[in-house]
Amino acid sequence: MSKEQEFKQKILIADDSEMNRSILADMLESEYEIIEAENGVEAIACIQKHGPELSLILLDIVMPELDGFGVLEVMNRHHWIDEIPVIMISSESSSFHVERAYELGITDYISRPFDAVIVHHRVVNTIVLYAKQKKLAALVMEQIDEKEKQSSLMIDILSHIVEFRNGESGLHVLHIRALTELLLKHLNRVSDKYRFTQEEISMICIASALHDIGKISIPGEILNKPGRLTKEEFETMKTHTTIGAEMLEKLSFHQEEPLVKEAYAICRWHHERYDGRGYPDGLKGDEIPIHAQIVALADVYDALTSERVYKKAFPHEEAIRMICNGECGAFNPLLLQCLNEIADTLQENLNNTKTGQIDEQELQDILEEKLQPKDNPASERTLQLLEHERMKCSFYASMSEEIQFEYSVTPPILTLSEWGAERLGLPELIMDPLEDERVTAIMDLEEIKKLGDILHSTYQKNPVVKYDCKANIGGEARWMRIVVQALESSEENPEYTGVIGKAVDIHEARMRLDALEKLASHDTLTKLLTMDYAEKRIRERLAINTGDSYVLLLLDVDNIKEANDSRGRMFGDQILVHVAELLRLNVAELDIAARISGDEFLVLTKGRPGEKGAAQWIMSTLEGEYEGFKVSVCVGAAASEDVGADYDKLFKEADKALLMAKRRGAGQFCVYKDSMMEEKDL
Amino acid sequence: MSLVDCYKSLEGDYEDVVGRLRSERLVQKFVLKFLNDGSYDLLCSSLEAEDYKEAFRASHTIKGVCQNLSFTKLYHSSHELTEALRGGWSPEAAPLVERVKKDYEQTVAAIRELQAEVGG
Repeated sequence: MSKEQEFKQKILIADDSEMNRSILADMLESEYEIIEAENGVEAIACIQKHGPELSLILLDIVMPELDGFGVLEVMNRHHWIDEIPVIMISSESSSFHVERAYELGITDYISRPFDAVIVHHRVVNTIVLYAKQKKLAALVMEQIDEKEKQSSLMIDILSHIVEFRNGESGLHVLHIRALTELLLKHLNRVSDKYRFTQEEISMICIASALHDIGKISIPGEILNKPGRLTKEEFETMKTHTTIGAEMLEKLSFHQEEPLVKEAYAICRWHHERYDGRGYPDGLKGDEIPIHAQIVALADVYDALTSERVYKKAFPHEEAIRMICNGECGAFNPLLLQCLNEIADTLQENLNNTKTGQIDEQELQDILEEKLQPKDNPASERTLQLLEHERMKCSFYASMSEEIQFEYSVTPPILTLSEWGAERLGLPELIMDPLEDERVTAIMDLEEIKKLGDILHSTYQKNPVVKYDCKANIGGEARWMRIVVQALESSEENPEYTGVIGKAVDIHEARMRLDALEKLASHDTLTKLLTMDYAEKRIRERLAINTGDSYVLLLLDVDNIKEANDSRGRMFGDQILVHVAELLRLNVAELDIAARISGDEFLVLTKGRPGEKGAAQWIMSTLEGEYEGFKVSVCVGAAASEDVGADYDKLFKEADKALLMAKRRGAGQFCVYKDSMMEEKDL
Repeated sequence: MSLVDCYKSLEGDYEDVVGRLRSERLVQKFVLKFLNDGSYDLLCSSLEAEDYKEAFRASHTIKGVCQNLSFTKLYHSSHELTEALRGGWSPEAAPLVERVKKDYEQTVAAIRELQAEVGG
């Protein structure tokens, strides 16, 4: 790549026709680096990859996979449209299409057939305009910063003069301002009632510095008297509130400035108290403007914690305690709550606050406020609420250790929660996840499809599906429980549009359960299934596979009693273990073998040729010799073909047949049909 | 056959296209490229498969390309076909498909002659 090319701005051309792309590319490639996408999904992938490096997108409407509107919707969802300008080029000229495109945030709409020179100009203009806008935004930020700095400098000088007379260091004003700011911001967080913009906060803070300007006309002897003031002196002292207000009121200009209005209220009412026992007007409760209440609280706190001619400084904890006890008069309970909530970090914050300077973030906020349309005051609040919700969700998601996700069908995008993405080692946003090997390496494609099928077949009746499966997490196969809810479009005929869901690691719980189940379901001596568990499994099997034919065999090991008597119980048990071993080795994978009691066993087998065949097979399998003992069994058999796929029936008939077999002697078998005949004969 | 004659033969608007794209060289380049454009094949195969969504898109693409190149005649028929297919198959679409096929053949024939001339 030549040096020149490196600095070329990038343009993405998304159009399904190669011809159309190359006509545009031809016109622009001498000045710009061209990236091409032939459908909407590819376009999204390109935007993801190149991000704000893209200077412009030329977008067609009608494209396969995902059309131009779809691309714009995704760009809106991820706020890419704020960063990258889009020019739509289309032969769709209906006003519906044009309007929709503008609503979705495009900068320009060019109809086909287009004029090469016009396209070129519009492309250049758009790119230049965007660059200019970004530069202007930076410039405005600088300006605001400069303006704020200067005005707060002026006010600092002014209030310093006041304090100088007062024999104070000037720290008071800085502290009041910092405290006011901390309280205001906290109030913003905890209360629905008050909502201050960054600009208002900054203005109130500046105005707070003026709260004591009235003191300029209080005689120095009173102002700096070390002892207690007389009643008369105190009355004089009190007038600093009204005098300060009056000074502002008598300004011959700037009367309408919000700063002057705020400062008036703060000067006049920063000694009012919530119960109406303050001065000069004895205002009560919310009659006192909230910012005056805040400055009053800040003033009291700082007065307590600073040394004055008439008193020592109280420690922070003591000051908070005194304020909350009402020793300095009554304050708004909500503000006391704020003070308490910020108390722990207050001292640190007061020392750290570079008063009078706003940081980069705040400047950005101010700028954004300025750029917001003013006609919709609710929108900012709504946005904040949304942001709040988002934070809440992400917090809960990270606390719950759940992998939360969202999947939309068109365009196929998987969005993971922050915690989930980290746990899985995936990006938070994945295009075409079913095609993505990083995704299918974690959850098998078969499993994903199975889950999809269940969801598709049931979502209209039952939109929430639980699904347990193994997933490869951090190189380890773990059991996960996935819970998903299908989403539908809100149209008249709703369509399936995607899912939201979560995956929870249930590996340990599942392992414990499996171990317990294994323990409960297996006979301790022979390690075969127990009777109860075999019954459960057989019932399940019969319920699913209705078409197959099964044979239930009951076996009784011959002469166990004799073996016990002649060679000891241990030997009898060994024979039972031997038989069980033979059973385990010889039954097919899907057959079920169990020990039902003492020397009786059960086998359910599938697909053997009839009951007789099954019985003969089992007898020949088990017959033989074990340490000089001749092993044989009696067998009773019943087939589902004859008695129906019903466990109780099968068991009853096989049991009856076994009885018949035993009557005939050792090593005999009897099947259901014969037992019927014999029954008749009896 | 010259580029002007080619436009005459395929019933397009030569003045218009050169007016917009500003370069005869470019126009000729893209006209020749039209032969390699897959949209027409896609249109035919998707109609065959009765995939009318895809057919709509293909027809729409042909229309767009023709608009860019001022292939007036093929533009008109593909435009009408696009509209007929917008909501899926409609009875009006059948004769329009035939018209597009006929116009496409005419267009391609003219371009091939141009290609033979300039050796593209």
